[in-house]
Amino acid sequence: MKPTLRRVFLASLLRRRLATALSLLAIALGVALGLAVQLIHAAALDEFGRGVRLLSGSADLQLVGPREGFDEAIYPLLAGRPEVADASPLLEVEARLPGREDTLTVLGVDIFRIAAVQPALLPRAEVGADVGAGRSLLALEPDRLFLSEAARDALSTPAVDSDGRPLPPALAEGRLALQSGVRSHRLRVAGSLPGSSAALAVMDIGAAQQLFGRIGVLSRVDLALREGVTPQAAIAALSPLLPPGVSLREPEAAATEVGTLSRAYRVNLTMLAAIALLTGGFLVFSTQLLSVARRRREFALLRALGLERGELMRGLLAEGAAVGLGGGLGGVVLGHLLAGAAFRLVGADLGAGFFDGLSPQLSFDPVLAAAYLLLGVAAGVAGTWLPAREAARAAPAQALRAGASERSGLLQPRRRGPAALAAGGLAALACLLPPVYGIPLGGYAAVVLVLFAAVAALPALARALLPLLGRGRSALWRLAHARLSATPGQAVVAGAGVIASVALATAMSIMVSSFRVSVDDWLGQLLPADLYVRASSAAASGYLDAQAVARIAALDGVADIGTTRLVNLRLSDEEPVFSVLSRVVGGGWGLPLIAGSKEVPAGAALPPVWVSEAAADRHRLALGDRFELPIGGRMEGFVVAGIWRDYARQYGAAVLSAHDYVRLTGDTRINDVAVRVAPGHELSAVAERVRALFGPEHVRIALPGEIRAATLEIFDRTFLITYLMEAVAVVIGLFGIATTFAALSTTRQGEFGMLRHLGLTRGEIGRLIALEGAITAALGVVAGLLAGGAIGWVLIEVINRQSFHWSMDLAVPWRPLALFALTLVALAALVARLAGARAMRRSAVLAVKADW
Amino acid sequence: MLHIESLRKTLPGSPPRVLFDGLDLRVAAGECVAIVGESGSGKSTLLNCIAGLEPVDAGRIALGEARIDGRDDDALARLRRQHFGFVFQAFHILPHLSLLQNVALPLWLLGRADGEAAAAARAMLERVGLGARADDAPQQLSGGEMQRVAIARALVHRPALVLADEPTGNLDPGRAADVLDLLLGQVRENGAAGVLVTHSRIAARRADRVLELGVGGLRDITGLT
Repeated sequence: MKPTLRRVFLASLLRRRLATALSLLAIALGVALGLAVQLIHAAALDEFGRGVRLLSGSADLQLVGPREGFDEAIYPLLAGRPEVADASPLLEVEARLPGREDTLTVLGVDIFRIAAVQPALLPRAEVGADVGAGRSLLALEPDRLFLSEAARDALSTPAVDSDGRPLPPALAEGRLALQSGVRSHRLRVAGSLPGSSAALAVMDIGAAQQLFGRIGVLSRVDLALREGVTPQAAIAALSPLLPPGVSLREPEAAATEVGTLSRAYRVNLTMLAAIALLTGGFLVFSTQLLSVARRRREFALLRALGLERGELMRGLLAEGAAVGLGGGLGGVVLGHLLAGAAFRLVGADLGAGFFDGLSPQLSFDPVLAAAYLLLGVAAGVAGTWLPAREAARAAPAQALRAGASERSGLLQPRRRGPAALAAGGLAALACLLPPVYGIPLGGYAAVVLVLFAAVAALPALARALLPLLGRGRSALWRLAHARLSATPGQAVVAGAGVIASVALATAMSIMVSSFRVSVDDWLGQLLPADLYVRASSAAASGYLDAQAVARIAALDGVADIGTTRLVNLRLSDEEPVFSVLSRVVGGGWGLPLIAGSKEVPAGAALPPVWVSEAAADRHRLALGDRFELPIGGRMEGFVVAGIWRDYARQYGAAVLSAHDYVRLTGDTRINDVAVRVAPGHELSAVAERVRALFGPEHVRIALPGEIRAATLEIFDRTFLITYLMEAVAVVIGLFGIATTFAALSTTRQGEFGMLRHLGLTRGEIGRLIALEGAITAALGVVAGLLAGGAIGWVLIEVINRQSFHWSMDLAVPWRPLALFALTLVALAALVARLAGARAMRRSAVLAVKADW
Repeated sequence: MLHIESLRKTLPGSPPRVLFDGLDLRVAAGECVAIVGESGSGKSTLLNCIAGLEPVDAGRIALGEARIDGRDDDALARLRRQHFGFVFQAFHILPHLSLLQNVALPLWLLGRADGEAAAAARAMLERVGLGARADDAPQQLSGGEMQRVAIARALVHRPALVLADEPTGNLDPGRAADVLDLLLGQVRENGAAGVLVTHSRIAARRADRVLELGVGGLRDITGLT
């Protein structure tokens, strides 16, 4: 661009500082939100990957299986194979610390094997820790354990229990209590793990198997391959030897698997950020359109003086690019700040629970930052495209004539009814598309198309709704009404941002409310008992054995008990987590079925399985289908007897009858016992008896109400980040109103000056602007609510179904939505009036002097 | 009708510039006065002072019994709404209103009912020769036609005083003459007082009196132009 033209175009941005600043901020917010989501997730994955690399050491392959572990018989088989140079067996246990909320990761290792494969896990005995025994053999003693520095620090700090009461440090005088089943075992800390930065403990594998009741079970085998053997070749050669449900993978694949597990959540958040950016683009569009309208004569003059169409277009696009660049730069900085703040406030998983216990570091990724910067520039250029084209096409001679402002017409967009209808139709079609790699691309396309349709339909909506409002007798009402009736284009320009933000907020609140109501209802069905007993979370080392269960059942005041056993299977590399729940199905023990029945079909050849919706979706299962699961080291066939709703496990779950599970696996451990209290007995008395039976530090007793409250709290925390994004979108929508009315107050100075001559007071001019702001916002809000309703439906029926495989009952939060809509209209009136303050301040005399 | 005594107006600056001092003017009902003068002599400022849109330093302005100087902003706005009509060089017809609505605008401000306002506006458009185009949009009009609409708007609420600032400044001479005849004729027909500011001595000649503005005030030059 010629330097002189730079003054014409880019300097114009400086003249309208408010509009420029707001557009810039809107783009910055969109870029920042998207980048923050990406940064947080990348940091969490990176940290997870680092942990994986550290723990797997120089292993070329890992043998992995169900979380509960697999038969150790496979280990000597693999270790003896010619492809394998070294093999190191490992048992990983999340050991519960009795009476505490937290757990300690304990790795049972073969001391003689790890040196070659996982040197980072090599323990070092404390000098003088024990006299007599050879120091190097200390690790073999059954009651010894080695703590990493991080674990030692954490365990030496005083903690609090679940009720917030202070507890002494778990590690005292070199001893540490760990829970197995419903018993505590006191272990001696014999040394440290100098190579490990993560918080973990190492002990001898035989001792660990013994201690945690996992004799004959491994959770992993790390393999170092002989020179010249590629991991792919080894996988091909060794896989046929493996039992079902166990597979070989490269250590790096663990990070990919976690990435896969959290992908749907991450993509959803990124889409929310994209809508914020889209709203920013709309904002650039409205400010540029208004600015182009206002500078019509300036451009006509420049064109008359010899400026080429292309130069004009390029100049205007440069303006948009400059706003986008500024916004993008701001967004990149803000995104890093936001990510840092999010780490401190809600943790690395944005509250969703995918990366418990990680403490990732934020790092600057120049490629990612540049990509988001470019997105900002793209939003600025895209927003300017149409106004620039419009300006370049205008005939200069007409614009230069006197009275041109009256003759130029107003912002009259072409009728876009057919476009709106077409977009709506395409959106409906997009909803029918299947997900691509688990990502509901069709659903996202439908969201964008619905937004586009709503914006395109706004003039038609204005034409349809404004006559319904009636003309009224107040001059201000008549003026505002007449202006908006004649210029539905203005409603589009100011309302586009409002539509996008209202639609987003409405859709999210409908989805969240439906989800919350459904989860609450689901919990009610799932928790039919009076109290629940568990020794620890399902993943940790506490459990109840058959004997413990029998003792609970025999307690005074216990009418009936139901038991649940939860194990996580590995179906394949693509389906690394699949939950199996073994429990009583009939007899009033809740299962929120949406198809099939709890009754076992008589005379069926195969045992029944009740699969969750996610399992049915992911494995394409229908009632009566055969479903095979790797259970008890074999593939076992089941017949699908029912499909149930499960909001807890998005990767799929299956319920087996307790009888079948024990018969097939021999596993009699229980994670949860649901207790029905006999009539006439106090809940608290029964709970007290259960505690006394095992010791209060070994069991946790929860009432359904508490479980419900805790679950809903987790639910609300998960959606916290989405509320933040909605708030940002609404603020951006209000920016749209502000920039439009700030720009309009400049273009309409002549009008306001004339009205002041005709006898309107300054206050009345202010009220006129506020009224126009309110009506414009109301139109945007109506369109936004309609679009939001449609998008909410897409979120519930398409995006959630395809991402998380969750169905839910529609629950529209009417009252909050109505309150939100009214508040937004009132805020829009206020914002319009503030932005239009210049129109009220300006001298009426100067305003009528010229018509531009 | 309009009564100005000893009016003084200075423009801020260092030193302040005196536009006029000791200015006296009386305009009777049904009379049209043209004010001419050099650019920057303060013609438009005088009009604005009369309309209460600019403060004066000293002197007295009254429309009938109503004092204009010394009122607050909102009271002046209400006074203008009731008793003033304006015609501007740049027309200032609102593009989003039909011709009828543009003309009815002052009646809207006075809270008149829709039907009454529309009937009065239609009658006024008939009087300026645009009755058949009442429902058209301003975009379809020529400059002369727009100024006719502006004249109709200035008179529709039967104001006591009509102020016109260069009403023919944007028009060619032929159109200008027609528009001016229409404006003055309508003002007289309404029994209003009219003050017209213009550069054009030819235009000024059509008024009942022609006054030239200088620092000392107004000098009657009727018949000298």
